[in-house]
Amino acid sequence: MDAQIKPKSSDPGAQAKRTISIKAVLLSLGVLLANIVINGLIFLFFRDSALNPLLTAVLAVLWGVLGVYLIYYTLTWAVEQYPDHIRRRVLPYVFIGPAVIILGWLLVLPALRTLYLSFFNASSEKFVGLSNYAAIFSDHLMATALRNNLLWVFVGTLACVCFGLLIAILADRSSYEKIAKSIIFMPMAISFVAAGVIWKFVYYYQPGDEQIGLLNAIVTYFGGEPQAWTSMLQPWNNFFLIVILIWMQTGFAMVIFSAAIKGVPDDILEAARVDGAGEVKIFFGIMIPFISATILTVTTTIIVFTLKIFDVVMVMTGGQYDTEVVATQFYRQFFMYRNFGYGSTLAIVLLIAVLPVILINLRQFRKQGGF
Amino acid sequence: MAGKKKRKGGKTIVNLVLGVICFIWLLPTLGLFISSFRPAADILQTGWWKVFPHQEWTQGETLQLSKDTDLRQPIEVNGQAYTDDQLKAGVEVDDSRLMWENRRARTVNMQEQGWKTTPDLTLDNYSNVLSGKEYKLTEADGSETVQKGTGLSQAFWNTLTIAVPATVIPVLIASFAAYAFAWLRFPGRKTLFVIIIAMLVIPIQVALIPVLKDYTSLGLNGSYLGIWLAHTAFGLPLVTYFMYNFISQLPKDLFESAFIDGASHFTIFSRLILPLSVPALASIGIFQFLWVWNDYLVSLIFIGNQPSVQVMSMKIADLVGSRGNDWHLLTSAAFISMLMPLAIFFLLQKYFVRGLMGGSVKG
Repeated sequence: MDAQIKPKSSDPGAQAKRTISIKAVLLSLGVLLANIVINGLIFLFFRDSALNPLLTAVLAVLWGVLGVYLIYYTLTWAVEQYPDHIRRRVLPYVFIGPAVIILGWLLVLPALRTLYLSFFNASSEKFVGLSNYAAIFSDHLMATALRNNLLWVFVGTLACVCFGLLIAILADRSSYEKIAKSIIFMPMAISFVAAGVIWKFVYYYQPGDEQIGLLNAIVTYFGGEPQAWTSMLQPWNNFFLIVILIWMQTGFAMVIFSAAIKGVPDDILEAARVDGAGEVKIFFGIMIPFISATILTVTTTIIVFTLKIFDVVMVMTGGQYDTEVVATQFYRQFFMYRNFGYGSTLAIVLLIAVLPVILINLRQFRKQGGF
Repeated sequence: MAGKKKRKGGKTIVNLVLGVICFIWLLPTLGLFISSFRPAADILQTGWWKVFPHQEWTQGETLQLSKDTDLRQPIEVNGQAYTDDQLKAGVEVDDSRLMWENRRARTVNMQEQGWKTTPDLTLDNYSNVLSGKEYKLTEADGSETVQKGTGLSQAFWNTLTIAVPATVIPVLIASFAAYAFAWLRFPGRKTLFVIIIAMLVIPIQVALIPVLKDYTSLGLNGSYLGIWLAHTAFGLPLVTYFMYNFISQLPKDLFESAFIDGASHFTIFSRLILPLSVPALASIGIFQFLWVWNDYLVSLIFIGNQPSVQVMSMKIADLVGSRGNDWHLLTSAAFISMLMPLAIFFLLQKYFVRGLMGGSVKG
């Protein structure tokens, strides 16, 4: 019992292709259902099984890696069973489907729901209008967090960009370019938590003569008093935390700048030198304007990254000693005080802060002729 | 290279400045690395740089003062007078240092500078932090205490189990999507892609609370699937954008003929696009892998207090909180967590750099 769709073409071969068989519909639904059921069962198996952890790990990795490929494979196979004109219409959605579903479920909808929650009270039961937003700007802790975030963004980004540019220029003229760049770049690969441990050790303070923290050892060697850099020295302790960001992110800026600098045409530089321009003049007069677009992208990338800073503060001070930032406040409100309304509001404040960057991004994308 | 003339004199200064900067950059990591091999008691007593040869005061000749020396008066040693406090802290005379050896017995030690190293290095920290078994620890004062290992090896496997699929899944999903966005025409294509571009910089904090609520009701909290999906979603915009940039640049006629020959889009994708995209896949894959491996916030929220799936970054952060002065554990644990990223960094630096540039400098 095949459902027939009237062929528009008189070609008899096309006629056969244009029929949608119930078999194909059932088959594709069956494939879809089978995918959901099988993966669901595997999920339950992993949740409830008490296998050897190593075996679980191997099986889970196999499932994760093969599972996603099999989903695409079976779905496209099912679509192939349809006639050409339907296949052509459906296939793109099979290809983008998983991405759209995951992004919609785990990023777009949650962002909207967070916006919605931000108008509600702590337990998300009572509508409170804008009072969460009003509370943020009158809260003392929040004022500190916002001030610190500004410090992070301003000082951190500026330092990363300047150092990155400086090192890129130096490395370009050095005979040890590769090694130097590797060393500066290496912290990029280290996690913020590990970096936190590294720097906690550098900043470590213990009362007494013998200092095992590098910074205090240097200070005492030159006759200074050892300090508890990240706790007692307020508000300067924020700068000592920002140093960690600079240490980690300068490599990123450097690599990008380095590539951009290499793109500056040699003949322009040569001509400027022939005209008697000094290196400093060449740097400000030719290089900086030439790579200004790159400087802008690097700066925005680091700003976005810095706005969300969380791990460093969490590991180094846990937000104590006036080092709270918006993201740690968010975590605290959400997990310790269970204040969903306030937590959501903080997340939205972060979102508003990056909104200009999103717009710049979109404009940039259109300029490149993306679509 | 041909057009770049470099002046000799300037170059030495450049190398010198760069050398100093590199040294400063390397120093913190070096300190962690060396400390992680030192015995627990040593770490707390002396700085890690004491591993290198350095000058230190060593015990020398003992001078016996007369037994009835008054400690309140200027105390005469070798014909010169010192105060009690000076002798307590040690006074330097010529090349030696005078210091109480035993104040009650009125003996003063005349110490001398000598070269010294503390070369005691051990792998104990690593084995203690990796295993979950109990071990004995000699404290600074010589007493022994029993402590429980951190069980970091379990966390290492957990991290790997999370990181590998959380890299492959988004890269594959993004590649399929990027292919469709680049080469297939369908309604809604522009809108959907612009939304993805806009999500590139959305802070993940805005998604955490609702996602956690969904996960709780679905039982996905603390499960591998849940954390894979979360990492997939948060990494997907960047990976899709990156893969789109690459796949849309591929020459069209390359697979047009394959299509005319009757190959399906799936075949073209898996037989042509994926193999051709290996450099791009590698670079963005490394980036995603490192991001997942180094992640703390996402695991903190979606794994919570389930120790069986806890990742290394959480374990280390816990250690910092609960045993912040146990440097023998912290240093070795941090270094273990850095092993994988550093190995990837040094082996695949080329791809890592390319992945970074693809995401940030375009056009």
